[in-house]
Amino acid sequence: MIEFKLPSLGAEMEEGTLLEWRIKPGDKVSKGDVIAVVDTSKSAIDVEIWQEGVVHELTLKIGDKVPVGTPMVRLLEPGESAEHAEVQQRNAAPSLAATPAPVAAPDSPAAAAAAQSEMRRPASPAARALARELDVDLAAINGTGPRGAITREDIEKAAASKGPPKDRTTEMRHAIGAAMARSKREIPHYYLATDVPMARASAWLAQRNEGRAITGRLLMAAPLLKAVALAFKKYPELNGWFQNGAFVPGAGIHLGVAISLRQGGLIAPAIRDIASMNLDELMHRLADLVARARALTLRSSEMSDATITVTNLGEQGVDLVQGVIYPPQVALVGFGKITDRPWVEKGKLVAMPVLTASLSADHRTSDGHRGALFLTHVAGLLQEPEKLEEGKP
Amino acid sequence: MNMLPDGADALRKAVFDTLHRIAPEVLPDELESGVPLRDQVDLDSMDWLNFLLGLHAGLGVDIPEADYMKLVTLDDLFSYLEAKLGQSSVRR
Repeated sequence: MIEFKLPSLGAEMEEGTLLEWRIKPGDKVSKGDVIAVVDTSKSAIDVEIWQEGVVHELTLKIGDKVPVGTPMVRLLEPGESAEHAEVQQRNAAPSLAATPAPVAAPDSPAAAAAAQSEMRRPASPAARALARELDVDLAAINGTGPRGAITREDIEKAAASKGPPKDRTTEMRHAIGAAMARSKREIPHYYLATDVPMARASAWLAQRNEGRAITGRLLMAAPLLKAVALAFKKYPELNGWFQNGAFVPGAGIHLGVAISLRQGGLIAPAIRDIASMNLDELMHRLADLVARARALTLRSSEMSDATITVTNLGEQGVDLVQGVIYPPQVALVGFGKITDRPWVEKGKLVAMPVLTASLSADHRTSDGHRGALFLTHVAGLLQEPEKLEEGKP
Repeated sequence: MNMLPDGADALRKAVFDTLHRIAPEVLPDELESGVPLRDQVDLDSMDWLNFLLGLHAGLGVDIPEADYMKLVTLDDLFSYLEAKLGQSSVRR
């Protein structure tokens, strides 16, 4: 028997609210399948499962608000029978009773059956999205549509009758504040910056985009992210997590990309293994990630995988970012605006498009010397943009 | 009251529908057609690209990067798209 628990979907997440099941008892699941939609203070997230097996029991009800680590689903391991699992559970019962009961986790068959029937309650994707937006529990609504389907009107009525909506902006501010306060309290930051001449990269990008259909064009963000990912290969002490008093190097280089949300606030989901992607693939992933972050349809792995964050505030017109590290990560790379500035090249004063790249890093895992070498390496990679094109295993 | 011919109406609808997908908080009635669009709506380069990708998918118009600088206001955009789509220029 495997017990799958509500995962942490970011440093600031303490609890989540179950919005929707995507599985039912008897379903076969494998690693990476989306099993549920859970609301956090930042966003509704598609929760992916890490194991494979057959769904035996759903141990949460829709609408339950529970702490991270609360069991959600019990899975039969491949080859395991339901009878065996029940015996195992009965034998384990005394020790379960000794531990604090998870908040509102129903384990009676009746409750599980109720959860199942709620799960099958028909509602269109648009209605579900609206319910999520208005924070309405589908299970509490009697649908007036065909075959009892829940319509948008049903949801609007339910939202109107339940009083003022939960204020996501306030919750998100609180979550960001908590994570950043922890960062400033615990992480001894040091800050470095360097000016990077961008004439070659800009000319290369313009030439590459010229004559290409819009679906094949790149933004400068793609080569910037690629250069950062490649540079981290040489500086592994900047890529990973500081946990339980020690540095744990990242299993891969998974860049969290800071994305501002239109309703306010910020989210930094990860793109995994950027170094191995070619630039077209990276651009496609980035566009998709930004669109989904803003539509609030991210996956749990994207919320928890980042080993380092990159933020690009150049669009807003600033030259320099002195970023706050997102714990438990140990570094953050910032990019400002590319602007024409006076620049001396081969003894001559020229007008040069220049980008200020910055690094905020954790002094517990690295020193300014290594941080400076890292930034210089990024600057060097951007002088040969054509070499960033292909994926590198 | 709407005096616009069908073609122009359809074009406006396509543009505003695409914009709505990227910036749902924007109300078309509140936009001024002669003021730079990216000053009125907070569109970064990714939003702008997604906007143009949406127009490409919806209208079949491919806008070269070199033309981006011509597309400052909504008026610019409508004139440009009308010319590209071969529609007669209409009063907006």
